[in-house]
Amino acid sequence: MPGKAPVKKYITANEAVAHAARLARVEVIAAYPITPQTSIVEKLASFIASGEMDADFIKVESEHSALTACMGARMAGVRAFTSTSSQGLEYMHEMLAYSSGGRYPLVMANVCRSVALPWSIWGDQQDAIQQRDTGWIQLFTETAQEALDMVLQAYRIAEDHRILLPVMICLDGFIQSHTEELVEIPDQESVDAFLPPYDPVVTLDVDDPHSISVGGFGKHYAAWRKEQQEAAERAKEVIVEVGDEFARIFGRHYGGLIEAYRIEGAQAVLLTMGALVGTAREVVDEMRAEGKAVGLIKVRAFRPFPAEELRQALSQVKAAAVLDRDCSYGYEGALATDLKAALYGLANPPAVLGFIGGLGGADVPPERMRYMLERALSVKKGAPSSAEFIDL
Amino acid sequence: MTQKARLEEVRWHGRGGQGAVLGASILGSAAALYEGKYAVSFPSFGAERRGAPVQAFTRIADQVIRTRSQIYHPTRIIVLDDTLFGVVDITDGAQAGATVLVNTRRSISELDIPAGLNVVLLDASAIAQEIIGVGIVNTTMLGALAGATNLVGLDAIKKAIADALPEKIAGRNIAAAEAAYWEVKGG
Repeated sequence: MPGKAPVKKYITANEAVAHAARLARVEVIAAYPITPQTSIVEKLASFIASGEMDADFIKVESEHSALTACMGARMAGVRAFTSTSSQGLEYMHEMLAYSSGGRYPLVMANVCRSVALPWSIWGDQQDAIQQRDTGWIQLFTETAQEALDMVLQAYRIAEDHRILLPVMICLDGFIQSHTEELVEIPDQESVDAFLPPYDPVVTLDVDDPHSISVGGFGKHYAAWRKEQQEAAERAKEVIVEVGDEFARIFGRHYGGLIEAYRIEGAQAVLLTMGALVGTAREVVDEMRAEGKAVGLIKVRAFRPFPAEELRQALSQVKAAAVLDRDCSYGYEGALATDLKAALYGLANPPAVLGFIGGLGGADVPPERMRYMLERALSVKKGAPSSAEFIDL
Repeated sequence: MTQKARLEEVRWHGRGGQGAVLGASILGSAAALYEGKYAVSFPSFGAERRGAPVQAFTRIADQVIRTRSQIYHPTRIIVLDDTLFGVVDITDGAQAGATVLVNTRRSISELDIPAGLNVVLLDASAIAQEIIGVGIVNTTMLGALAGATNLVGLDAIKKAIADALPEKIAGRNIAAAEAAYWEVKGG
């Protein structure tokens, strides 16, 4: 293992993400401020000002331009970074699809926040979930450490020539972004060993001209999209592979596309994404200590969706409670829908209970987690479920 | 993994601009970086403006802290401004025997604090005014906390203040913390 011992800092997940972008030797940052993301790019600006980081910070007039500037940097053959939240991510929407279709290996941190109206700067995951079908890989994190580690891994995943898709690392507004905790900052030498310089497939080069913003019609368009879908499917293997290699170098392993926590013999399992997984771990431990057969699945990859992994993990479970911090209005929480689809065709599928909570920054205390698991424990096999709002 | 070690949950009460959020942060970093413990700290997730009542929180434990919910049952309550009594419910949800550390010139009988709590009063404003030159009491109260409880030691507090503040003002803040420590300890 190369390098020196890592430095421990007591910092927020936002600051941890800024360290990751610095360690990834990002050369272009383009961003527009928005709560709760702003402190990421403030920290990056201070790294550049102090000379700790050699990068150009492009102050853009909007998030739409921020992502476009990152695409330009990638075309020129350098590593780029941006981060945003909520309204800013929505404003990027057009360029999200543009960049994934163009196979730009971008990395962005989205600090998840509710969307207006009603106006709210507080946390939920509606912003990220609304971008589900833009073709970005979406990975959710639980702690400041995982946010840092996943930004580093995201560059490896995105830039892998088998993938070439943009990656969005999601962290939860406030309960991660504004919460300080102990974080190990890896040393530069180890990061360099894990993450070699960007090796672009194509760059803007007058001596080697390529058509980059291509058009496509009918079959050609469909063939392009099929390749994109195949790359997104392949990303499942690459995410696991990169996570395993990261663990070999840095000693931290997060479990691939999902992490199953204490599901051995579980009758009821809670599924959720992001920082609330931490609270759920405590509740599962407490209920296990009371002899209750409950477990937890942390869904780390939302796109690509770990359908096979979830089918296997839940094949013997009686009921799954899903906590969504989002809602697809007129239906239910997005994770609940995707889970049900993944379980289709399973011989003896678990009942799925959909819960919607932690909206607009509403706290989800341990008692609510317990309530969802108790409901799942007492549900009859195959009983129908709906979208129950637990914050009220 | 299922054992329930003691989890310290500290709630800070102040007004916007008094440094409650920074106080919560310095306490967490003192425990996490200088005493080998785990800590998390966070502001109250609500609107904040100068002069309005604010809260901030620190959790400290000997093992990794996983819970992300708000603090409802504090083991320690730190009050930077005694005009908050009667404005917010300072002792709401306090665990039996919780420490209530208050910056005040008043006596315990003049404050509305229920029985069964471990109340510690000091005039931190006077200490801060004299030593730091301004009435910002977060660092002074950290020294008092180290003197009044075994939550975190004075050395760790001093180091964490030095990390958090610009060199120009760190020394005076450390001196104020130390003065408050001895005032509480000796008193």
